[in-house]
Amino acid sequence: MAAEPTTRSIVRDGVAVGIATGAYGISFGAVSVASGLSVWQSCALSLIVFTGASQFALVGVIGTGGTPLFAAVSGLLLGTRNALYGLKVNPLVGWRGPKRVAAAHLVIDESSAMTITRTTQEHARAGFLSTGLSVFVLWNLATLAGALAGTSLGDPRRYGLDAAVGGAFLGLLWPRLSTMRNRVAALLGAALALSLVPLTPAGVPVLAASVVALGMGLIGKDTDE
Amino acid sequence: MIWLAVIGCGVGCYLLKLAGMSVPERALSHPVVRRTADLLPVVLLAALIAVQVFASKGPDGPELSIDARLAGLAAAFVALLLRMPFLVVVIAAALTAALIRL
Repeated sequence: MAAEPTTRSIVRDGVAVGIATGAYGISFGAVSVASGLSVWQSCALSLIVFTGASQFALVGVIGTGGTPLFAAVSGLLLGTRNALYGLKVNPLVGWRGPKRVAAAHLVIDESSAMTITRTTQEHARAGFLSTGLSVFVLWNLATLAGALAGTSLGDPRRYGLDAAVGGAFLGLLWPRLSTMRNRVAALLGAALALSLVPLTPAGVPVLAASVVALGMGLIGKDTDE
Repeated sequence: MIWLAVIGCGVGCYLLKLAGMSVPERALSHPVVRRTADLLPVVLLAALIAVQVFASKGPDGPELSIDARLAGLAAAFVALLLRMPFLVVVIAAALTAALIRL
């Protein structure tokens, strides 16, 4: 990104992020139908949930035999971070009323990242809208393409699509592993979930792992690294 | 039932986004709330990886097993170490598992 961004360069960067993110919507669509959802259910997820990690979580839990309820709650818990993004984005873009209600749907990792570094309202809005809208359009088109391709492939295991889900989650987790605290949390969460797999119905192990976040949140300090 | 999960998760996720855009910034300033919210995606994604890679449907319900999915995860790990983009990471995982099953 240039040192002195202009509205034009911000929009260009936003669209570039949209294209890159949209591309992995293909993998979401393919993984979603491989997990047992229909093409339309996959497309509806991208349209109305529209936050990648929650969508992958929902189809991941269903794919491993979890109930739709556990799948939805897993997706919701992952969606809580968007509320934190909204807190930071809102004062920068300064929308009220219907504009805010509409803009809220576009609050995701990418649009927030391209907004919170801006110093003027015009630049913040340009970053938010260019990223949010281009991700929305391309993510949904790519989901449809991936879902259609996924259904025509046949047995998803032959193409390793079940393994692709684990890879996708690791890719989403990766940027969050920069601190020792987060690495410890990740290991504890994974260990707790694995220990519960033989003991509980599918879907429960993932939800139960959230107590690790609560536990570490209660005892942790803010200055940890 | 899957449709209910899709719509319920969609409505809930939207309300979370709208809540963030609507409450004052200090609403979530309590350190415990903020730390927990920061850690939640980390532990959930880690748990999802673990379950996705090691859990399978056994005769008496879910059980742990090691198969080609673990090789797929290892391939994704290497791709991430090499700073590959997300799509390459996912394809590396799928391709590795598919090749092992040939």
